[in-house]
Amino acid sequence: MNWTETEPIISIKDLHKSFGSLEVLKGISMDVMKGEVVCVIGPSGSGKSTLIRCINALNDINSGSIKVEGQEVHDPKLNKLELRKKVGMVFQQYNLFPHRTALQNIMMAPVKVLKQNPEDVRERAINLMTRVNLTGKEDSYPGELSGGQQQRVAIARSLAMNPRVMLFDEVTAALDPETVKDVLITIKDLAEDGMTCILVTHEMGFAREVADCIYFTDRGIIVEYGPPSTFFSDAKDPRTKEFLSQIL
Amino acid sequence: MIETITSFFLQLADDYPRWNFIFFYDSFQWWRLVGGLKMTILLSIACVLLSVVIGIVGAWLQGSPRRWVRLLVQGYIQFFRNTPPFVQLLFFYFALGQITPTITGPDGWTEVPLISNVGWAIISLSFFAGSFNVEIFRAGIEAVPESTREAADSLGFSRFQSYVELVMPLAFRVSLPALNNNLVNLIKTTTQAIGIAVPELLYECVGIWNDYPSALYPTMTVLFFVFIILVGILVAGMHKWEKSMQIPGYGAS
Repeated sequence: MNWTETEPIISIKDLHKSFGSLEVLKGISMDVMKGEVVCVIGPSGSGKSTLIRCINALNDINSGSIKVEGQEVHDPKLNKLELRKKVGMVFQQYNLFPHRTALQNIMMAPVKVLKQNPEDVRERAINLMTRVNLTGKEDSYPGELSGGQQQRVAIARSLAMNPRVMLFDEVTAALDPETVKDVLITIKDLAEDGMTCILVTHEMGFAREVADCIYFTDRGIIVEYGPPSTFFSDAKDPRTKEFLSQIL
Repeated sequence: MIETITSFFLQLADDYPRWNFIFFYDSFQWWRLVGGLKMTILLSIACVLLSVVIGIVGAWLQGSPRRWVRLLVQGYIQFFRNTPPFVQLLFFYFALGQITPTITGPDGWTEVPLISNVGWAIISLSFFAGSFNVEIFRAGIEAVPESTREAADSLGFSRFQSYVELVMPLAFRVSLPALNNNLVNLIKTTTQAIGIAVPELLYECVGIWNDYPSALYPTMTVLFFVFIILVGILVAGMHKWEKSMQIPGYGAS
């Protein structure tokens, strides 16, 4: 695959996905360029989470295509490890490994999966802890950290794999209001450093601030998309207008 | 010291003929008992370890993407869990023992079976307890949230890496109380090895009271006493282990 940076880093074409008889995604197309920050918003059950789970093959798809750096994600011959090195993911419920300390959580994948030198990884993990503003919590277990702290460890854990793209699946939805901010600041720093990010979020203020492009999904299709400057002020589709009127 | 003990039990046997602790003053009977105890400990340790290994491997195979592998494990569990362990023991020794090859013994001329009665006892009891262990670990594995496994997937862990690094360490902690019960039962079940003449504690005790009916009560007392101690050691060890594996801020701590 001769992917170059002038092409989209993620390219989704006519994606269909069903769970049994329930069609969740009904033909989604989306291009994301390197360094872009994309927010996906929409009512519950509109397929936002399913969409980003398909991008790193946590869900398989029924038809269509998803390419990451020109590589088809749902090619049966695809080396999943290669994909997952490129695409990091952060979950709503953090999903840290409860039997490992914060630092060990960050180190595990690079050491066990990528077989990197533990000493080097350790140094990098300590730097990542600083980057997510958790210096001093290296030896805490996830159960000893607040939700916001756990989520930041989860972000650092993903970053330790040096991904090209980060997916965030409603990462602040389970947090106390006062810890949401710390997590959002961490993501904003990442975005400003040029990381390509796709976020499913309900934080409209945040989306307006960091996103280059906002997609609104409803009932399995992309209803409307555009840069935040125009998206929030003059949405065209009545469904978008209704959704925005309810939450803004 | 020893003389005081022997003379005490000699006197006791004289005064109360039903309480003839013969093994406390007759050195031959004493060493019979010690030999039996050693064999019981050997069986217990070997079967505990092997049955746990069977449980871990079986639980791994049970999650296999291949249907026939899962069916095989299911068949194994149904057979070993649903039939009497004593019958299994006899089956292994008498039926399978018939068709396993023999080798030339240490004396250079007798043919001895490749797997001795002790070997068959260990194999049969381990597979019996192992079938329960598979189910015990499966319950533990099911308690590990799917989302935690997904996190490992998304970090590029293979199924095996995820099992070793994440699923089993978490499942094991959940499984320990149930595992504990099964291993206690296993240690007690080693006495069934008497059925194929394995010289463990019960075998030697029966031997002693057959030779000296007056030693019936004492040998039974010793049997109960020894198993209370053996199981007590196991339970204390498991409890300590469980404590040491507790995760701060996770579950009951």
